[in-house]
Amino acid sequence: MLVPSPWRADFPAIATLQRQDQTYLDNAATTQKPQALLDALSHYYANGAANVHRAQHLPGAHATQAFEDSRSKVAQWLNVGDSGQIIFTHGATSALNLLAYGLEHLFNPGDEIVISALEHHANLLPWQQLAKRRELTLVVLPLDDAGLIDLHAAATMIGPRTRLLAVSQLSNVLGAWQPLPQLLALAKAHDALTVVDGAQGIVHGRHDVQALGCDFYVFSSHKLYGPDGVGVLYGRTEGLHLLRHWQFGGEMVQQADYHSASFRPAPLGFEAGTPPIASVIGLGATLDYLNSLDQAAVLAHEAALHDYLLRGLRARNGVRLLGSPHVALASFVVDGIHSADLAHLLTEQGIAVRAGHHCAMPLLKSLHLSGAIRVSLALYNDSDDLERFFEALDQALDMLR
Amino acid sequence: MSLPADALAALQAFQAVGSWEQRARLLMQWGERLPALVPEDKIDANLVQGCESLVWLVGRLHEGHWQFAASSDARLIRGLVALLLARVNGLSAHALQAVDLPDWFNQLGLSRQLSPSRSNGLNAVLQRMRDLSHTQN
Repeated sequence: MLVPSPWRADFPAIATLQRQDQTYLDNAATTQKPQALLDALSHYYANGAANVHRAQHLPGAHATQAFEDSRSKVAQWLNVGDSGQIIFTHGATSALNLLAYGLEHLFNPGDEIVISALEHHANLLPWQQLAKRRELTLVVLPLDDAGLIDLHAAATMIGPRTRLLAVSQLSNVLGAWQPLPQLLALAKAHDALTVVDGAQGIVHGRHDVQALGCDFYVFSSHKLYGPDGVGVLYGRTEGLHLLRHWQFGGEMVQQADYHSASFRPAPLGFEAGTPPIASVIGLGATLDYLNSLDQAAVLAHEAALHDYLLRGLRARNGVRLLGSPHVALASFVVDGIHSADLAHLLTEQGIAVRAGHHCAMPLLKSLHLSGAIRVSLALYNDSDDLERFFEALDQALDMLR
Repeated sequence: MSLPADALAALQAFQAVGSWEQRARLLMQWGERLPALVPEDKIDANLVQGCESLVWLVGRLHEGHWQFAASSDARLIRGLVALLLARVNGLSAHALQAVDLPDWFNQLGLSRQLSPSRSNGLNAVLQRMRDLSHTQN
């Protein structure tokens, strides 16, 4: 059964990559960009760049308007309503670091931060280092066999000492939606703050932060077909009030003299210095483009393609999937074959997939794997891409066996 | 500078290949010919950090000439390492400093294996070799 993508031509890089005999299946790392984004970037730079939130001149007013329009579009994308605010950062990593520094003053020695065993380094290391700075305990929730955070264990491990829970919505290695409603309810029962790493989850389907009920939600633009250099931090109003300022400089300040200063509240108080203006405007254009698509058709396409991928992998001898992926990606190893060798031969054949630990070293170690191959999909991929991958995989396995 | 005999053989073999399949097969064959590392050298201290696979590298200076030994649990990187050793083993300390290793892989048609985005570890192996040759100079 063929799975064509009606949106393929909207992404000019795909045709270019294809002319270079490259099949791009590393979308969980970053995505190709729609023409609508390229046009927005070009329009901004061709029509007059200006800094935002400071000048009275017309170019400054235009840039500020476009920048703030993007903020509204992101807020609508997440259905923020009047529950909180959108802060622009330089990436999901910097958003998580903002939280780990901005909330640091709330923690006392012996308090607990709870994460899970599948966290990307970006949602592990800021908390690990915060725990070291404040003598906290980092509690790591284990996974069940299907690659989901174990709720039975979570019920005993999230407790009165838990001050904060930070978990991924969708694993970048296992491709499994995590049981967020139950986890967030456990945390809230103990008045703990909740942080959701939406870096992978945001790309698949639409998510409503009010329905989710988390205090903070983080994602990066570049994985959602937007420009790189921009991260998004949603904060619920109550959560934002707890944040201390962490980076200091232009525009985040209200009053300054040589020996003291006062700072703006969120969002601008957490956007020190010149933000990535063009990229923020570009993210707005990307969201307009994504909004114009038939959401049900996109979801159906992603599901059909993912099913195609899983069936193809399961049909091959010795291929072992990591966990039970729901959507977006599949990571696998092949019995008796080093994934570095497989990666080498796939690369030789123009297949762009990811090999290694996927920025989740502790997870791979806990699975007793030194690495795995990850195939990750986007809305512009089609079954021809997967056929090229399977052909290359068969050829590689043939050579290695 | 004249090439060691092994290096000359490698150069002739790799310059004769026409397809990526032939090159990959040849690489694996070279990897299989790499002498096994003695167990006492297969220790963490000899592991090269920064590789997707486990790569061990040891180097000893014998009467002014370098003798390296290496191994890996992955076959293609083992082949790359074998080609590296073919070029450097037996060189004097001075000659090792002078040899242009990226150019060596370029001559073999394997320069892409050294691109900065490659995480196969060949760059890390070269760096380890440089470190070893400096500390024991």
